Amino acid sequence: MSQAKSERLMNLVIALLVARTYLPKARLRQVVGGYGDQSDEAFERMFERDKDELRDLGIPIETGSEDPFAPDEEIGYRIRRSDFELPPVSLEPDEAAVLGLAARVWQHATLAEATGRALLKLRAAGVETDTRALAAVEPRLAAEEPAFWPLWEAVRDRRRVSFDYHKPGSGSAEHRHLEPWSVLSWHGRWYVVGRDRDREAPRMFRLSRVAGPVGTGPPGAFPDPGADEVRRSAASLAPPPVSGTASVRVRHGAAWGLRRRAVATRPDGAGWDVVEVPYADDWLLAEEVAGYGSAALVLAPEDVRAHVLARLRAVAGSGAV
Amino acid sequence: MSAGAQEQVSRLLLMLPYLLAHPGVRVSEVAQLYGVSELQVVRDLNVLWFSGLPGLAMGDYIEVDMEAVEGEGVINVSNADYLARPLRLGTDEALALLVAVRTLAAIPAAGDRDAVDRVVAKLERAAGEAAERALAVRVELDADARGEVAGSVRRALTDRRLLHLSYWVPGRDERTERDVDPMRLVVVEGRPYLEAWCRRARGVRLFRLDRVEAAYVLDVPAEVPPHARPRDLAAGLFQPSPDDDLVTLDLDPSARWVGDHYPCESVEDRDDGSRRIRLRTPDPRWVRRLVLRLGGAARIADPPELVEAVRRDAREALTAYDVHLGSGTAAAG
Repeated sequence: MSQAKSERLMNLVIALLVARTYLPKARLRQVVGGYGDQSDEAFERMFERDKDELRDLGIPIETGSEDPFAPDEEIGYRIRRSDFELPPVSLEPDEAAVLGLAARVWQHATLAEATGRALLKLRAAGVETDTRALAAVEPRLAAEEPAFWPLWEAVRDRRRVSFDYHKPGSGSAEHRHLEPWSVLSWHGRWYVVGRDRDREAPRMFRLSRVAGPVGTGPPGAFPDPGADEVRRSAASLAPPPVSGTASVRVRHGAAWGLRRRAVATRPDGAGWDVVEVPYADDWLLAEEVAGYGSAALVLAPEDVRAHVLARLRAVAGSGAV
Repeated sequence: MSAGAQEQVSRLLLMLPYLLAHPGVRVSEVAQLYGVSELQVVRDLNVLWFSGLPGLAMGDYIEVDMEAVEGEGVINVSNADYLARPLRLGTDEALALLVAVRTLAAIPAAGDRDAVDRVVAKLERAAGEAAERALAVRVELDADARGEVAGSVRRALTDRRLLHLSYWVPGRDERTERDVDPMRLVVVEGRPYLEAWCRRARGVRLFRLDRVEAAYVLDVPAEVPPHARPRDLAAGLFQPSPDDDLVTLDLDPSARWVGDHYPCESVEDRDDGSRRIRLRTPDPRWVRRLVLRLGGAARIADPPELVEAVRRDAREALTAYDVHLGSGTAAAG
């Protein structure tokens, strides 16, 4: 019956938690109700299963021996209080409001539940969360890609993975093997970075391009790469550094995307300004300016102007199907 | 019944510290907090009643006042000081919570940045080992809003004030001035937006915070009309209307991404890597701008008047270079 089992598990937790020394199995059999009346074999099975179930809940049951010179003699069990208990946490009112808001972030069911459980634990520890504050804020973090959860687990447990991947700009999928280091959301899209085992180098993959199921291997299959390595591998997502400043002649009331980034703006004849715009990449800037058509003209540098003109000519000459 | 017992023990370890810290708490309140029925709370208390120190001699049992539970519906538990603290955070719990809080740090108007940083530090300390894996998950929002804009938006939301916005609309290349009644701040597809009733458009609009050029809180109470409804964002940000213009685009392989990036009515992939897409837009100016940007890698196939309009845009731009920068620049027009 469930109640009897719950009682047995509770009593086992308490016995292991209050023990000053490692408790041998035989001792646990005596003091924890429900074990005593079992046959040796049934007790062994029951005890192993109970231990596994408690460990599943995150309860750190240690195995060891009191006698350092005979570690194999009399193996015993205990729960170290410092590993078991949530350390003290106390929050200021403005911090409590942050936690209240955090409860609403995850749209992913499993992680929303995990967040809820974490908050219940904090609450049980006397931390009040303020759910009324900032009611008008809805921070939503979605993770709808089917590959998200298997990859989250693989990163968490350091499992190797393999999956079919659609390369950008090509119609076909390729089978890839990865040691996943980190999943990250960049501007609303999820990526995984890790060591590509075929290329033997760090690579990044967009989760929405993973096709079909993700194959996962056993836990602890590769070492932690370290925070620096992970950060370096994800650096390609960050905007590239500024490489120069362009002068662009912009019509009044237009080219707002350039105007708002301008470090300097000066009038240039009737109806026009010249803006100085920092940029990172010739091509990207040329693309942006071309989009404004006759409302924005690159004065310098010449390379960027040449790119813009090439684009405009291609469009002016093309068209009909 | 094995999963049942495991779940029950997990809940009891969570509940017991709360019960010890809140003597006389109501059964109904506990049921609500843990998402179970009141009957289940009573069953849980029955398990506690039979638990205690090893050997379970007199005085070893956890004391539960079952009469008060049955009678007044309140819970008093004692003699269980060894379980006065909840279990530490599991890896998923610590990760999920830390990622959630860090996400808030990236939302400019969500709250005090400093408070968010303090919470992260406290949680990392409390989570211990589990937090070490927290680097395994990162969230970066595109939240490049100007500091004073974030402050004004937050103030208008909390104080329920009318807000004046200078707002950039890139699709039309316009900077607009409008008064809005703030409704909520939402994060969609990694970007923070203010949802508000726009008095100029007389409708509910979403304003991307990084496109707000300036925001002033006005000394006028916000009045969101009762019929204004927040948009259902589950279906995504861009919800084309059947009245919008239908545009057919042919994309070279280098511009295929357009079909992934914007919601399309149809996508037709060809063997050579090119694709044909059809999409709806309320404003064809946006499509003209996109085609100019892509410089020949995307061609409009339909409607014909848009084909001509884009070509004219490009020719006008080439002429402008000629006029402003002297002859020769646009030679091959």
